[in-house]
Amino acid sequence: MSDSPIAVEQHGPELLHHFADAEQQRDAATLGMWLFLATEIMFFGGMFCAYLIYRFWYYNEFAAGSRSLSIRLGTINTAVLICSSLTVALGVRAAQMGKRKLLVILLLLTIVFGFAFLGIKGVEWYDKYKEHHVPGNSFNVDDLVRDYPQLHIDPRHEQIYFSLYFAMTGLHALHMIIGVGLFVFLTYDAWKGRYTPKYYTPVEIGGLYWHFVDIVWIYLFPLLYLIDQHRLG
Amino acid sequence: MSEHIMSSKFYYTIWIALLCLTGITVAASFIDLGPFNAVVALVIATFKALLVVLFFMHVKYTSEKLTKIVIVSAIFWLFLLLALSMADYATRLWT
Repeated sequence: MSDSPIAVEQHGPELLHHFADAEQQRDAATLGMWLFLATEIMFFGGMFCAYLIYRFWYYNEFAAGSRSLSIRLGTINTAVLICSSLTVALGVRAAQMGKRKLLVILLLLTIVFGFAFLGIKGVEWYDKYKEHHVPGNSFNVDDLVRDYPQLHIDPRHEQIYFSLYFAMTGLHALHMIIGVGLFVFLTYDAWKGRYTPKYYTPVEIGGLYWHFVDIVWIYLFPLLYLIDQHRLG
Repeated sequence: MSEHIMSSKFYYTIWIALLCLTGITVAASFIDLGPFNAVVALVIATFKALLVVLFFMHVKYTSEKLTKIVIVSAIFWLFLLLALSMADYATRLWT
């Protein structure tokens, strides 16, 4: 590139000197994000695999545990996440079109939806805490054993269901917290006017992360809440 | 990919579709379909995930073929992880 003085002059975040053009740089960033998301799929995949194996082994306990969750709150949270994905997609679009104010508003809305999801999740966890369904010393599922006598629930196996429930929703919530943190930075930079139709890669790949976390929940919701409502006995 | 700006109406349509599918999957969970409750829920979830990946994550309109290879590979690895693990655990009681 040294024989091309023009390339040296164009030095900024929208075109770093080791890329041929802006499109190559954008594609490289997007590809890198997708590679990261591939590792994330395997990260969550391990948990889904554990869930699958234990559900296969301790079906009755998984059915009873699933029954004790609130479908109402789970559904509301699914809707909240879908709305947040919409604001992210519209936000990327606003960035593409160079609408700074709209982008800031949509990013802020996404953060609000993120907090709403975490708040509702917190309510659900607190309910489980009050019911002594959190694995540990105070773990007690006498209520489930009483409600579903035909299932012959083994409390140790029930504890595995709730361990997986808290591990999976906890890991997902951790990703949500990180996502909200990322979007705070994106909002600040957007407000400062650092994104233009020529350079909005951080918004684009931050959006990819957010959508991925949404997809994880799209699978967690039916697996943890919905699929074992029948066959109780 | 950046050249391809979708209309906001298009994103609203995807959003409505995702909300409708959520409603359908919740409604289906109240109907006793036997072992097919899980199948129906996972098929709907996969359909929702496809909508998000193709349209919200712009994979349908990306010019970069490598991205698609990465996604397909990731799903294939996940399939290997789940299928080979279950090939062990699900057949242990066989004699």
